[in-house]
Amino acid sequence: MAMAPPRKGENYELRQQLNSEYRDKRADAIKRVIANHTIGKDCSGLFPDVVKNMQTDDLEQKKLVYLYLMNYAKTQPELVILAVNTFVKDTADPNPLVRALAIRTMSVLRAEKILDYLASPLSRCLKDENPYVRKTAALCVAKVFDLKPELCVEYGFVETLRDLIGDGNPMVVANAVAALADIYEASLALPTTPPASPGRSSTPPPSSKPNPELFIIDPPTLTKLLVALNECSEWGRIAILNTLARYRAVDEKESEHICERVMPQFQHVNAAVVLGAVKVIMIHMKAVTREDLIKSLTRKMAPPLVTLISSPPEVQWVALRNINLLLQKRPDILANEMRVFFCKYNDPPYVKVEKLDIMVRLASEKNVDTLLGELKEYASEVDVDFVRKAVRAVGQVAIKIDEAAERCVGVLMDLIETRVSYVVQEAVIVIKDIFRKYPHSYEGIIPTLCSNLEELDEPEAKASLIWIIGEYAEKIENADELLGTFLESFKEESYPVQLQTLTAIVKLFLKKPDESQTIVQKVLQAATKDCDSADVRDRAYIYWRLLSSDPAAAKSVVLAVRPPISLPQTTVAPAILEELLAEVSSLASVYHKPAATFIGKGRLGAEEMQRRALEPEEENAREKALQTVVAGQQAENLLDFDADDDQPQSSSSGIDGSQSLSMLGNGGISSTTISNVAKSTNPLDELMDLFSTASMAAPATMPVAPVSTVSGIQGLQDDRSDAFAGLTGLSSPPQGLGSGVTSPVQGQSQQKAGGGGAQDDLLGLF
Amino acid sequence: MASLVAILDVKGKSLIQRSYRDDVPPSYIERFLPLVLEMEEENVQVTPCFSDEGINYMHIRHNNLYLLALSKRNTNAAEIIFFLHRLCSVLTEYFKELEEESIRDNFVIIYELLDEMMDFGFPQTTESKILQEYITQESHKLEVQARPPMAVTNAVSWRSEGIRYRKNEVFLDVVESINLLVNASGNVVRSEILGAVKMKCYLSGMPELRLGLNDKVMFEATGRGARGKSIEMEDVKFHQCVRLSRFENDRTISFIPPDGEFELMSYRLSQSVKPLVYVEASVESHRGSRVEYMVKVRGQFKRRSTANNVEIYVPVPDDADSPKFRASVGSVVYAPEKSAFVWKIKQLGGGRDYMMRAHFGLPSVRNEEIDKRAPISVKFEIPYFTVSGIQVRYLKIVEKSGYQMPWVRYLSVNGDDYILRTITDAKSSSMIAPL
Repeated sequence: MAMAPPRKGENYELRQQLNSEYRDKRADAIKRVIANHTIGKDCSGLFPDVVKNMQTDDLEQKKLVYLYLMNYAKTQPELVILAVNTFVKDTADPNPLVRALAIRTMSVLRAEKILDYLASPLSRCLKDENPYVRKTAALCVAKVFDLKPELCVEYGFVETLRDLIGDGNPMVVANAVAALADIYEASLALPTTPPASPGRSSTPPPSSKPNPELFIIDPPTLTKLLVALNECSEWGRIAILNTLARYRAVDEKESEHICERVMPQFQHVNAAVVLGAVKVIMIHMKAVTREDLIKSLTRKMAPPLVTLISSPPEVQWVALRNINLLLQKRPDILANEMRVFFCKYNDPPYVKVEKLDIMVRLASEKNVDTLLGELKEYASEVDVDFVRKAVRAVGQVAIKIDEAAERCVGVLMDLIETRVSYVVQEAVIVIKDIFRKYPHSYEGIIPTLCSNLEELDEPEAKASLIWIIGEYAEKIENADELLGTFLESFKEESYPVQLQTLTAIVKLFLKKPDESQTIVQKVLQAATKDCDSADVRDRAYIYWRLLSSDPAAAKSVVLAVRPPISLPQTTVAPAILEELLAEVSSLASVYHKPAATFIGKGRLGAEEMQRRALEPEEENAREKALQTVVAGQQAENLLDFDADDDQPQSSSSGIDGSQSLSMLGNGGISSTTISNVAKSTNPLDELMDLFSTASMAAPATMPVAPVSTVSGIQGLQDDRSDAFAGLTGLSSPPQGLGSGVTSPVQGQSQQKAGGGGAQDDLLGLF
Repeated sequence: MASLVAILDVKGKSLIQRSYRDDVPPSYIERFLPLVLEMEEENVQVTPCFSDEGINYMHIRHNNLYLLALSKRNTNAAEIIFFLHRLCSVLTEYFKELEEESIRDNFVIIYELLDEMMDFGFPQTTESKILQEYITQESHKLEVQARPPMAVTNAVSWRSEGIRYRKNEVFLDVVESINLLVNASGNVVRSEILGAVKMKCYLSGMPELRLGLNDKVMFEATGRGARGKSIEMEDVKFHQCVRLSRFENDRTISFIPPDGEFELMSYRLSQSVKPLVYVEASVESHRGSRVEYMVKVRGQFKRRSTANNVEIYVPVPDDADSPKFRASVGSVVYAPEKSAFVWKIKQLGGGRDYMMRAHFGLPSVRNEEIDKRAPISVKFEIPYFTVSGIQVRYLKIVEKSGYQMPWVRYLSVNGDDYILRTITDAKSSSMIAPL
């Protein structure tokens, strides 16, 4: 502080008190300083005065002074040195609590000067006779590494940490493991010397990087960890489980052994321990081939997962998100447990939505009646959002289970009868999906739908109904009248509705040319002259030209048979699913996104890339890259075929309408689309840089595909004619949203891709 | 792992916070509530974890407070969310109520606790009984300095050594909560029993205990299935004191108990349960003038048992007024804050049924909103009875000569989710006679 402190005000008073000769007064003043800090006042000016009170027998006062130091050391780096003496003295205090406190605090002060004095007390504390001090010191190594990696390497702290894994005290083991994992993660972010060979074990340790071999878990260490697992506290177990998840078993026998030893953890009360155990078992189960063991593992996994559903709502939610992932990999684990996912009346909305999703996932012929009864009940609740999702779930069940479709339609008709506006609208949207899956099966309900025409005011519902009218124009007597009403208000409608009106009227004309000559003329006029949307205008021009030049071609384009839709089993690409399952209970598994997509930007993104580059077997990584490219292509495929789909999907929409419209309007698939895909599959483009030889060709040629082939032309037309479909369809798999529907054509190409790698797939497509 | 933990008031202002790592500046705390509000405004689901600009926000709610943890990494979400719940219960045990007031009054001790419970973002000790041994509200005066209890790092991290009682006693409570859902036609759609074995342990030294239950799996393993009824517990969760590997091997529940009160284990059974207290209501609603209810309750359990403190919550429209009640037993009160009336019956005998009627006025102006259609919920407790038939066969205290039968109590109560959707609209008005 350059300026002389003012001689009045609160800080002045406090300073007086901090320097008082009475102990009580000083103690009181420190409390006030901390109180001021708590409410956000800056107390950095009192630094020297507070530090004077550091030496005291009063533990509470000492803790407060330490707390003060932690918060203000950064602002007064040159004064911190005042505290060093007491710190060093405290680390040798007879009371272990004081020793631990001192070392714990000292290692987080962000001051270069302190660090120099830290080394010897820390090595002493790491070997302290008291386990409380040792467990605290173990974490301090990670703290120091965060501040100054060279120091850790120089004094061999990481090696000491490694030795602590063999400590007799389970808490010390747990903290040592946690610290090592933390250091490992941090060391990956450090700049590496140019990688001679990217293998983990062969890089020579640079000065600030600890020897990577220290992080390899060998079989003896594994035994130690498995022993400590049963003895340490719940939080220690989590740390150990995390490390076990990273361990690569040498053979199947070892994998079996790990699974068997970890299984008892399912009985733990702590939800994070249970999920941690699930993670370890999901990873090591892959190597297990013994049928009976796999069976017993999956059987034992179900009850603890079910019990997580009676935890507090936030924990429940984390569990539900993870269960959702687990079910995508192993749909059978909870096959008989659908009932536990029934929503409670007072569940928070985020829990309800997740439960709904899982229920649809678990729906089967056996339980569908109970489920439909339940969904119908939800549709009468007050929360509009939830009600809509419940109605949507009915539609998803109809598409998933053929035998139940009729009952689902029955339920939807009952719901339409309630006349509650948003229920009706949602039901109409859903019914359009059902028509798409089961064409010509439920035409009997069309009149009822049409009678609700007036009630619809949301674009998506309107568009859906218009689509249905267009599709069944030949069966609906007054189709021209109905469509006429939409034509009257054409200019006021939103673009999706305009696009659907346009297409539906053209369909009507192609089906009943005699009666609808005028109306088609009108709509083409309106769409080309009075519309501001380029998409609508473009589509109208194309129709116009088609109709005027070659009506037969128009018929084959506009009335083409559409591929049926189905409900996919997974919401994320297989490669990403595997990655997420290896991260069960982490944020990535909760968001259903790979960590690289939400952690940091720039630097940290690069960190992720390095991690991948360092994958031990290059071949492995290469395989992974290919997989990811395939995943990327699926995203790509999804784009084409969704555009081909004449049908908004039943899933929630991922990308806002105008954006997707303009994208498709720009002539089908363009560079925007590509970049969009690339963005959503972050690993894709990173990997592409890394393995540019084989995989680079594939995505580069992809965008040309639909345009340059015969089928491509049709694809393009349909793109335009139904750009509307993109509204809901565009979200790509890694985001876990564009889940609604996949077409069989896409499935086919996926198979090819899976079989023959990236380029085969390309060829296969043509 | 968490970089920062904070407790915020309902306006999103930080009441107390503690940084564990420097990678997330505290200024991000202020962004939390605006982000939540923004999401609500845009109709995006606000979930317990979300990420914004590379920062992950994980939070839980307690009363009017947010407990928030921030992290920059791909953190173990389950761990942190569970930790926040633990923090909540530790603070509640320290201050009875966790609320703004108690946080402001006790900031010193909360800092101490935050320092002890988490280190560098890794949860450490969250056992409140142990914490209370060395972090107390009485500031330590000079003479004796607190030392870390052995238990903090011991293999037995939940019990301190050197406990002495003159009279060694153990009390066991077996409490089963029943959750069930009855649909409109009176059928049970879903039911489960959540059981808990709670202990009060006043024993000296480091006693080694073994608990025997009529566990079917163990009976079968030891070949004594023939004798007596056994139960099949689907999912058992133990207090951390129980040796899990031992249980996995031979289903023995062996442990060194913490001192005092704790929950030893919990279990779940999804066997079908018929509603012990069955309620149905018929409603006759005259929009714009009045609404009438007729409620029937029946105790569907053995005649020699009794359900105590039965409370039946029947939902009514939000805008109902001028209540009138007539009940054949017990008392009825209107609880407008819950939009329900509550029928309280002190004792409901097994096999008995009772009736009550209620009459409400409705405002003549029609409420635009549709009815919520909340279900009926019921509270009750039935002592000396468990639905599952679980029994404590023995509690052996090893290392002590001889063993004693502990005091065991059994109790069945309603769970959080004992719900009956049995409110039906009266089809003809003749069903309900005028009040």
